[in-house]
Amino acid sequence: MSLRDNPLGELRVPLTWTAGIVLIVVLITSVAILLSDRREDFDTDAYGRPRTLSDRVLEPVGEIASTPGRLTGQGIDGVRGYFFAVSENRRLKAELKTMRQWQDAALALRDTNERYRALLDLKTDPPISMASARIVTDSRGPFANSRLANAGAEKGIKAGNPVMSENGLVGRVIGVTEGVSRVLLLTDVASRTPVMVDRTNARAILTGDGGPNPRLEYLRGQSPVKSGDRVLTSGDGGVFPRGLPVGVAVQGLDGRWRVVLASDRAPVDYVRILLFQDFTQLVNTAGLEKMDVPPPTPGASTLPAPAPAAAAPAPAATAQPQPPGSRPAPPRPAAATP
Amino acid sequence: MSGGAQPLAPWRWLGVPMVQVMAITFLFALPIRFWGVGLPEPVFALPVAFAWAVIRPSMLAPVGVMLMGLYLDLLWGSPLGLWAVCLLLPYGLVLSGRAMLAGQNRLMMWAWYSAATGLALGSGYLFTMLDAQNAPNPLSVFWQFLATVVLYPFADRLIDRFEDADVRFR
Repeated sequence: MSLRDNPLGELRVPLTWTAGIVLIVVLITSVAILLSDRREDFDTDAYGRPRTLSDRVLEPVGEIASTPGRLTGQGIDGVRGYFFAVSENRRLKAELKTMRQWQDAALALRDTNERYRALLDLKTDPPISMASARIVTDSRGPFANSRLANAGAEKGIKAGNPVMSENGLVGRVIGVTEGVSRVLLLTDVASRTPVMVDRTNARAILTGDGGPNPRLEYLRGQSPVKSGDRVLTSGDGGVFPRGLPVGVAVQGLDGRWRVVLASDRAPVDYVRILLFQDFTQLVNTAGLEKMDVPPPTPGASTLPAPAPAAAAPAPAATAQPQPPGSRPAPPRPAAATP
Repeated sequence: MSGGAQPLAPWRWLGVPMVQVMAITFLFALPIRFWGVGLPEPVFALPVAFAWAVIRPSMLAPVGVMLMGLYLDLLWGSPLGLWAVCLLLPYGLVLSGRAMLAGQNRLMMWAWYSAATGLALGSGYLFTMLDAQNAPNPLSVFWQFLATVVLYPFADRLIDRFEDADVRFR
């Protein structure tokens, strides 16, 4: 049967209508995808398979595409180094002279520090191993600031690992697969980093907003920060180790305290990913959950009233041996009687 | 039958610009710096989405806009679906006001394109604020707006090339 013989053959829907319907369907699909996204979770499963796959594809393409630019930059640096070798040599000699003085001071301090540690029997943090990587793509928009680094799960990198350049903290890994990891920068609008002011030990949360200088939020106390104060990671929450350099505090035009990032001093081409695992990540939570629950405190108001025959005297109950690992019940105030 | 009477093939006005947008966006996402300054990050997909809405209504174009948006999200690492929604909203608005835009001069079309860019970035601002519980930096949004608004000549070229290419929509 030809199309003309078909009784529905003459039935035609205007293209504007069908285009509008398709637009609505596509818009609803996009909104659903957006609502189901959980990119900032530490969990690799939450990062999503489409992202993992696309990162895997983007990494080698970015590697190849950025090679000419990288080689050109290295060539220019080589030529510049050749022409400015004398002034560079002079500068380095002056720097070496200063550094020698610092070396003497550092050796004396190390000696004192080791003696104090021995005296106090301090348990120090173990050294953190690192993986080196090169940045292959870079997004700098107001809604997302992230980078792809060419090292992944094969080097032991996990979601949540801190990322540093030679100058300071850059961000943390939010997604990882074989050969590639995505780094959420400190400037990203979803980034929150617990930090402290080196001078006053005041705590704050470094909050990215898509601009070059993230904000210092939740600062407490009277004048806890001054312009020029060094800002370090505080280690609170166990995401970052304590003491990583973040930047310098400045007051923005809007009156808010912001941080000029130390990592912005030079282009972030190569990064070090710290294979850091906090106590909270290392602890055997399954083992903790299996521990015996301490017996309920006799006389607690949350317990049902015991039957008179079954009620045991309080001294006998307190004398019962407690299972290992259980903590003694905290003392409770006596119930107020009218 | 002359060549001009043939309907416009989708790959010519949808496929090729989409691939070009993806390629140039990728190039701008490379970590290249000139004299210590990084490249701007304009939304190359916006002039194309604007031009598609002006050229003619199509069932494939919204799908193309969504694909470009998802690509941007995957490349830039923004929440998946953010740019798809941000591009589809101005596309839909321009498509609904297509009759009004027809025949207007280049400067006026540039102004409409700026409004569409403002809508895309404004919705991005709103969705990001809701998603991250944090307001993005307005100055950064403004820079991206400027970097995208100057791309109108690309949209104009696409409109000039394909607006009268399909005899059914002349």
